Amino acid sequence: MKLLVTLLLCLCIPAAWAADANMPKLDVGAGGQCVKDTQWMRKNHMHLLKHQRDESVRKGVRSEQDSLKNCIECHASTKDDSVIAREDSFCAGCHRYAAVHIDCFECHASKRKAVKAALAEKEVQ
Amino acid sequence: MSDLNSQRRQFLKTTLGASAVAIAPGMLLYGMAHSKSAAASDKVRWGMLIDTAQCKEGCNDCVTACNKQNGLSGGTKPTDSQFIRKISIKDVSTGYEQSLPMMCQHCEQPPCVDVCPTQASFKRADGIVLVDRHRCIGCRYCMMACPYKARSFVHEPLTDQNPDVPRGKGTVEACNLCVGRIDNGQTTACAEACPNNAILFGDLNDANSEIALKIRSVASTQVRADLQLNTGIRYQGL
Repeated sequence: MKLLVTLLLCLCIPAAWAADANMPKLDVGAGGQCVKDTQWMRKNHMHLLKHQRDESVRKGVRSEQDSLKNCIECHASTKDDSVIAREDSFCAGCHRYAAVHIDCFECHASKRKAVKAALAEKEVQ
Repeated sequence: MSDLNSQRRQFLKTTLGASAVAIAPGMLLYGMAHSKSAAASDKVRWGMLIDTAQCKEGCNDCVTACNKQNGLSGGTKPTDSQFIRKISIKDVSTGYEQSLPMMCQHCEQPPCVDVCPTQASFKRADGIVLVDRHRCIGCRYCMMACPYKARSFVHEPLTDQNPDVPRGKGTVEACNLCVGRIDNGQTTACAEACPNNAILFGDLNDANSEIALKIRSVASTQVRADLQLNTGIRYQGL
């Protein structure tokens, strides 16, 4: 029994350590928690987004909390205002690590709205 | 003493009741019009009345405002998206020319919805005809079915979209009646931009709305009324 425990520990500790070392260090932007805790969001954010997407597009329910736009407002990088521009960007970083392709930003803006508005104003001037 | 108390209670009840009756409808209307978490209501039918006499030839303000609102390039090639176009029509026998904006007519019986194989093309409860880009496979059946040539296909990859109006390659799109603005309690970008107020936007079902009063008092027509699609966009002086 002791041997088994030791063996398991020997295997698990380096594995956990290795996993930690490879975890992407994300640029979380302003960050903070407004919907649920981090672990829950890592696992379930896609369900919230998909539900909100159907409610908004087809029924016109536009509650702000679960909207993609609202996520981007806080989680876009403070350096380049994007969630996909760099290796460590909030969405792109983790999706690259998990090898899950995201289609969202082929249509949706990946930058926060406030910045877009400021850029447009600059162009006008 | 107890009599006085009960009188007092009765008075308070009546006053509170009366004020609730007076305030409630206003609050309810405000809530319906401005609450972002409320679903589109089937009691409402959004529509527009376009006064062709007020629409000036050469003026393109509605088109420009639409392009800005939706992040369109403003190009007019067959492969460019156009949600609203200015067209000129001429009566060949008299030579009488008119200029007017043409866009999705937001039909009650939309042919684009009938033909869509994935139910991406749909009519919202409040009468706005939309494309759900998450479901659109880009087959373009709806473009062929539309009698108004109102729909466009996005041929090229897009970047820097307006955060309020997501759009992308491989999907069909058309005038969305500025659905995001409407849900926000605003009017459409084209109606707001028209210098002559030729575009009147409102709720066709609300008997007291400006548009309902106007269509009741002036002659207005639907384009291709023979198709019996009952369009939400009506034209005056056509």
